[in-house]
Amino acid sequence: MSLGRFLLGRLIALVVTLLLASLAVYGALYLAPGTPLSFLTRGRTVTPEELAAIKAQYHLDEGFLSQYGHWVAGVLHGDFGTSILGKAPVLSLLGGRAFNTFMLVAFASIIILIIGLTVGITAGLKRGWVDRSLMVGATGAMAVPAFVAAIVLVLIFAVNLHWFPVFGAGDSLGDRLYHLVLPGIALALASVAYVARLTRAAVRTEADSDHVQTAVSRGLPRGAVISRHVLRNAMIPIVTVAGLTIGSLIAGAVVIEQVFQLNGLGSYLVQAVGQKDFPVVQAIVLILVAVFIVLNTVVDVLYAVLDPRISAGRQSA
Amino acid sequence: MSALLEVDGLTVTLPVAGLQQPVLRDISFTLGQGEALGLVGESGSGKSMTARAIGRLLPPGAQCEGRISFDGDSVLELDGAGLRTYRTHGVAMIFQDPRASINPVRRVGDFLTEALVTNEGVKQDDANTRAAELLDAVGIDDPRRRMRQYPHQLSGGMLQRVMIAAALLINPRLILADEPTTALDVTTQAEVMAILDTLRRERGVSMLFITHDLELAAAVCDRTAVMYAGLLMEEQRSLKLDSDPLHPYTAALVQARPDISVTHERLLAIPGRPLSAFEAPPGCAFGPRCPHAEPACAQAVPPLLDVDTGRSRCRRLPELRGTMGAKSAGAGNG
Repeated sequence: MSLGRFLLGRLIALVVTLLLASLAVYGALYLAPGTPLSFLTRGRTVTPEELAAIKAQYHLDEGFLSQYGHWVAGVLHGDFGTSILGKAPVLSLLGGRAFNTFMLVAFASIIILIIGLTVGITAGLKRGWVDRSLMVGATGAMAVPAFVAAIVLVLIFAVNLHWFPVFGAGDSLGDRLYHLVLPGIALALASVAYVARLTRAAVRTEADSDHVQTAVSRGLPRGAVISRHVLRNAMIPIVTVAGLTIGSLIAGAVVIEQVFQLNGLGSYLVQAVGQKDFPVVQAIVLILVAVFIVLNTVVDVLYAVLDPRISAGRQSA
Repeated sequence: MSALLEVDGLTVTLPVAGLQQPVLRDISFTLGQGEALGLVGESGSGKSMTARAIGRLLPPGAQCEGRISFDGDSVLELDGAGLRTYRTHGVAMIFQDPRASINPVRRVGDFLTEALVTNEGVKQDDANTRAAELLDAVGIDDPRRRMRQYPHQLSGGMLQRVMIAAALLINPRLILADEPTTALDVTTQAEVMAILDTLRRERGVSMLFITHDLELAAAVCDRTAVMYAGLLMEEQRSLKLDSDPLHPYTAALVQARPDISVTHERLLAIPGRPLSAFEAPPGCAFGPRCPHAEPACAQAVPPLLDVDTGRSRCRRLPELRGTMGAKSAGAGNG
């Protein structure tokens, strides 16, 4: 019926999805070959005290659901357990790294939104050579994998031209942003092209639609037709695609952080998997999944706000 | 009295597969202030294209020749401010499918008042009041509530009434109604048509009414023109179409219409299929399907000649006149 009820429904769905995701993340412990204990200690010599600590942390003496319950309760209190390797609370190990990843993804998102939408809207509205050349460029950019873009960008702008640092995260805020330019572009490149192409398609579809023709036939100024009818309606598919694309950047960040040696969640995840530091892997995967699910929900809600047909019930008379 | 709308020798070509192909050929007619002209034809005959040319809504790449004059202004040469004034105060269009032609994500009230507020600077409150009055006039109950709703919450018939109200709201001098009832169910059709007809007459607005329904055109229009393959085949007073068609095509259309008082074994159909303008043969476009065609008809496109009651593009009209009427039927299939 109302937007309020729709939001409540989405919120419940969000919580359920998060719970199921956390169950899957925790259950991974049991999917690994051998017993959970042997998996957690694999490849390491552990003292009896450490073994006891791990058993206690995971409540391995209790049933699966009870173990899971303890873990979830801990997570809800901000306690992701203790790193087996780092011997420190996982949360403290993640904090700074999460911020680095957030900065990288946010930077790339801004590039995607500004450039992707500008290129897409321009190509959608200006038929002819402008449209064709922008789309040829976008198609080319879409075909470049992030790691290739990263290497090429470093070669040209860092190694040859010395405009930007080759790797590292930087110290002060300005310095951090400066260090993020190349990684941000590399991470964003393919997505910029993708968002631009979809934006163009959405704008073109709306521009050719009957209701826009009606608006033109009523003598509305071109600017009003474009903003109120073409772009307003094209925003609906664009928000969906842009939202999901930004969500997928979280995964793409893993590669970029490795290439540029940015100490973020992605590179830490790769490291933790290599060292079989399960509490850390668990925590990072859960955080990434949670961010993705929340982003999805935000997209859903925006979608309903933009399109009254989604939330409003069909009380036609 | 000079006409409000004069179309003279209008020829339109569209790019099809890289070539400019004709869709309208030498269309000429006039429409007086307050008068209604029906434009009838099968799909592809060019009737909608004629309305689009007058509303300046031809697809990109279309090329026009000839002249369209509205109240003395040359419509095809309008640009920028002139074109906007023409659309703001001169013509209003009503389209076939109201659900597709009204922005689905904006409220009904926004749709109704947008042109007034944006183009004429009318205050939103005043525009709302005027819109509500007109919604009432087109038979929509509780207009204020409807104006707060979205198009998907209204039925097709109601939406078309909203469209009619929106068209009348700007006090146009000419309404271009492109099959306004085709997308509606039959009972709703009659209601919506009656509302449009009444309000138009009351306000003295001229109307070009595009339809494939000969009877509907005859019911609401003073005069009716019949189109085929991008050509005007005949034009005369609507009342006479039935009894005294001026072209074999019109006669065939009249006969193809089932009579509900008689049980037909099989409906009479016109043999062959309708042609679009660029497929038409060099001679009379209807020639290949015409029961009265003779070799001379295929020589050249017959001119649209004035006759006592109207105009006709049939070169054999003097011989055939009076033999093609509705119920002198059967004859046509010889």
